[in-house]
Amino acid sequence: MSTLAGSVGAVIGLGAAGLGLAGLLGHQWTVRNAWLVPLTGLELRMDPIAGFFLLLVGAAAFPASLYALDHHRGERRGDGAYLVFLLAMGVVPLAANAPTFLLAWELMALASYALVLHDHRQPEVVRAAWIYAVMTHAGLASLLAGMLFMSASTGSLRFADWHAAGPGLDGTTRSLAWLLLTIGFASKAGVVPLHVWLPIAHPAAPSHVSALMSGVMIKLGIYGLLRVGLEWLGPGPAWWGVALLLAGTVSALKGVLYALVERDLKRLLAFSSIENVGIVLIGVGAGMVFHASGLEFLAVFAVAAGLYHTANHAAFKALLFLGAGAVTHALGTRDMEAMGGLIKRMPWTAAAFLVGAVAIAALPPLNGFVSEWLTLLALLQAAQIPRLELSLVFALAIAGLALTSGLAVACFVRAFGITFLALPRSAAAAGAHEAGRATRAALALLALACVALGLGPTVVLPVLGGAAASLVGLPAPVLVEWPLTLTVAGDFASLSVPVIALGLGLGLLLPLLALRLVGAPRGRRFAATWGCGRLLQTARMEYNATSFAGPYKRIFDFVYRPRKRLEIEFHPESRFFVRRMSYENLPRGLAEEWLYVPVVRALQHASARMRRLQSGSSNLYLIYVLAALLILLVLA
Amino acid sequence: MTAAALAAVAQTLLVAAGAPLLVGLLRTLKARLAGRRGPNPWQPYFDLAKLLRKETVVSETTSWVFGVTPYVLAATMLVAAAVVPVIVTRPALAFAGNVVLLMYLFMLGTFFLALAGLDSGSAFGGMGSSRGIAVAALAEPTIMLAVFALAIRTGTINLGGVAERIGSDPVLAAHPGHLLAFLAFFIVMVAENGRLPVDNPATHLELTMIHEAMVLEYSGHYLALVEWAGAMKLFLFLTLLANLFFPWWIPSDVAALPMLLGALALAGKLVLLAAALAVIETVVAKLRLFRVPELLAGSFALAVLSVASVVLLK
Repeated sequence: MSTLAGSVGAVIGLGAAGLGLAGLLGHQWTVRNAWLVPLTGLELRMDPIAGFFLLLVGAAAFPASLYALDHHRGERRGDGAYLVFLLAMGVVPLAANAPTFLLAWELMALASYALVLHDHRQPEVVRAAWIYAVMTHAGLASLLAGMLFMSASTGSLRFADWHAAGPGLDGTTRSLAWLLLTIGFASKAGVVPLHVWLPIAHPAAPSHVSALMSGVMIKLGIYGLLRVGLEWLGPGPAWWGVALLLAGTVSALKGVLYALVERDLKRLLAFSSIENVGIVLIGVGAGMVFHASGLEFLAVFAVAAGLYHTANHAAFKALLFLGAGAVTHALGTRDMEAMGGLIKRMPWTAAAFLVGAVAIAALPPLNGFVSEWLTLLALLQAAQIPRLELSLVFALAIAGLALTSGLAVACFVRAFGITFLALPRSAAAAGAHEAGRATRAALALLALACVALGLGPTVVLPVLGGAAASLVGLPAPVLVEWPLTLTVAGDFASLSVPVIALGLGLGLLLPLLALRLVGAPRGRRFAATWGCGRLLQTARMEYNATSFAGPYKRIFDFVYRPRKRLEIEFHPESRFFVRRMSYENLPRGLAEEWLYVPVVRALQHASARMRRLQSGSSNLYLIYVLAALLILLVLA
Repeated sequence: MTAAALAAVAQTLLVAAGAPLLVGLLRTLKARLAGRRGPNPWQPYFDLAKLLRKETVVSETTSWVFGVTPYVLAATMLVAAAVVPVIVTRPALAFAGNVVLLMYLFMLGTFFLALAGLDSGSAFGGMGSSRGIAVAALAEPTIMLAVFALAIRTGTINLGGVAERIGSDPVLAAHPGHLLAFLAFFIVMVAENGRLPVDNPATHLELTMIHEAMVLEYSGHYLALVEWAGAMKLFLFLTLLANLFFPWWIPSDVAALPMLLGALALAGKLVLLAAALAVIETVVAKLRLFRVPELLAGSFALAVLSVASVVLLK
C-alpha cells in the first residue's frame, strides 16, 4: 500500500473514531442531500448505536492502516478499494434510509471483494473471492427482499418511518420481514449455517483487511440484527430472541470447535470470529427474549453485554489478525506446523499476541472476560422469566457458552503455544525477523485497548447500557454504584476487575519477595530439555498443532465426522516392514455437505434444464421475443 | 475496616499455609487405607523447603513464559483465596469477585501452565497441555450449570450470598437439586485437581500423566511454587464444596472468636471431604484418557438434572 493511502486510511480511522465517540456519548445530528442517492436522496443520522459502530470502524481502521504502511510498500494496487471499504463501512451505521444503506452496504461488499482478490494469481484466492461474492450477494438478495417488503408494508423507505409503523404491522408480516432481514444480516455476520464464506474469504485477504473484515465488517451484520429485532420491528415475540440465542450458541460451539483443529493460523482466527459472533448473538438474543417477557432491566443489560463483546472482539481480533499477519509476512506461510520459537525472534509481536490470546480466551483481568462474564450473568438471571421452557433454553445456552469458553482457552493455548513457543519447526521460523515499527505501534495500541476495556467496565458499561437502552427505547439502567465495582441487580453479583488485577499484581510480587526473604537460591542453570536419555532435541519431537488437536478430534468426533484415510505401502519382502505410510484426518464441514451441496446441485440441475431454451439460434430467440410480446399484449 | 482487612489477610494466610497440610493429610489417609504407614502429614512442608534449597534447572528451549508461569499460578490462587468464603462468609475482597470469576481465575492458571508445558519443546509437556485443557474445558459446562442451579435458588452468584442464604434456610440445603449440584461439582473438583480417576497425582508414567506432564520440566523454587499453588487449588475447591453446599457455622461478621470457630468447623468439613476423596482414590482405578469425557458427561448430566429439578420443584 502506498504511504499516502495508508496515511489517509489512518486519518479516516481517527476521524471516524472521534465522530463515533461523540455520537455514542449523545451528540446527535442528521445530514440530508436530495440528489446524491436515487429515490430518496442521501440521509445520514447519528444516534448512540450508530456512534458505537462508527467508533469501532474508526478504532480498528487506524491500527490496520498503520500495519498497511509497513507492508506491501510502494504497491498502489488496492489503495482505492481500501479507502472505499473504510468509507463505506463508516456510512453503513449512519444510513437512515434504505437506498443509502443498500448503496453503502454493497460498496462495502464490492470493495472487500476486490481486497480479498489482492493475491489474484493464486487459484485458491480466486476461488475464495468467488465464494465470498456469491454468499454476500445471496445475503444482499434476502436483505433487498426484506427491505422492499418493509417499504411496501409501511409505505416508506426511511428507517424512522419503519420504526414508527413497525409495531402496528400484523404478526405474520412482521415475522416475515424480520426473517428476511435477519437472514440477510446474519449471512454478513457469519452466523451458522450462513458462515461458510467467512473462513475461506477472511484468510485470503491481506492481514490488515482480514483484521477489518473480522473485527468490524461482520459486526455490521450484528448492527443490522440489532436494528431489525429491537428498533424497526419493535419488541418481537419471544421466539425471535430464542432463534437468535440458539443460532448464537451453535455458532459459538461450531466456530471454536473448528478453530481448535485448524492448522492455518489465519483460518483459525476466522473460525474464532464465528465463535465470537455467536457469543455476541447469545447476548442479543437473550436481550430480545427478556424484552419480550417484559424484563426491561435484563433486556438492556443483555444487549449491553452483547455490545461490549462486539467492541472487545473488534479489539482483540484486529490485534490477533495483525499479529498473525506479521508472523505470516516474516515466514511466508500461514501453516502453524512451520512455526514455533518465534517468541525469541519476534518478542514484541509475541507479547502482543499473548495479550490478545489471554483476552480472547476470556481470562481475567482482560476485556474478553468482562464481556463474557456480563453475557453469562444475563443468562444466569433467566429464572426471572416465568416460562419453564425458556429456562431450559437458557440452561442450554449457559452450558454452550461455558463449553465454548473452555475450548477457546484450549484453542488459544494452541495458537500461541505452537506458533511462538518451543523450537522453530522450519528454517523460515528460525530466521524470522521482528515486525516493523508501525506494525509494532499498531499491535501495542490494540493490546492497550484490550487492557483498558478489561479494567474499565465501570466506565464503558454505563455508556453501552445507555446506547442499548436508546435502541430498545427504555431508560438507561444503573449498573455502577461504586466507582470501581460493577453491581448487578443488588446482591446478584458484583465484580471489580481493577481490584482483581491489583490482587494478581500483588500475588505475583509477594511470592517473589517471600522467596528472597527465605533465601532461596536465585540463580538458574540452563540445560537441555529432559528427553528420556536421547541425545539431542529437535523440533520434530515437539508436540505440533495437529497432535495438540488430537484429543479434541477424538472427543468431538461426532461433530467433525472426519474423512479418515490410511495408506500403508508395505515392503515387498515382508509385511513387517513399512515403506511409506500416509494418514489423513480432515474434519468435514457439515453445513457445506448437508445444506450447500444439495442447494448448489439443485441450482445446477435447474440451470441445465433452463439451458435448453438457449440453443444459440437467433431464429429461436426472435420467436421468444414475439411470444413474450404476444403474451404481454394479451395480458394487458 | 482494619479488622476486615486483617481478617482477609488472615484468611489468605490460612489458605496459603494450610494447603500443604491438606495434601499431606490426604496422602497419609490414602496410605493408611492401602495398609501402609505412609508419610507424616507434615511431609509436604519438608518437600517444599527442600525444593526451595535446590538449584533451579531450566530448559534452554524455554522463554520467559516458562519462568512467569509459577508466579502466575501462585497469584491466581492467592487472589482466589482472598475471595472465597473460608472462615467468614464475606471476606474483605468478596465484593471484587463471584463464582464465575473464580472459575475463570483457575482457568487463567491452567492457561499459563499449558503454555509452560509447550514451552520446553518436550513431547510430554505438549501432551500434558493438550489433555489438561481438554479436561478443564469439558468441566466448564458442568460448573456453570451448577452455578445456574444455585443462582435460581438463592438469587445470587456472589459466594458470600450463596453461603448466607443456604446457611440460613435448611430447606434449601435439603433440596434434591442441591445434592445433585454437589455431586456434579465434586466430579469437577476431581477433574480440575487431577485426582483419581481422572489423573493420578502420584504417577510419573509418561502415558498416563496429565498435570505431572505439564510440570515435568520444573525444578527448584519453580517446582515449589507450582506444587504449592496446586495444593492451594485443592484446598480452595474443597472449601468451596464445604462452604457453598454445607454452609453452616461460618460467621458472617468479622470477630476473633467466631472466626476461630469458623476455622475449626472448616477444618472438620475439610477432613471429612478429604477422607471421602481418599476412599474414592483408593477404591477406583484411573480411567483411560478417552473415558474421562464420559465421566465429565456424567457430571454434566447431574448438573442438568439439578437445574431441571430446581426449575420443576420450585
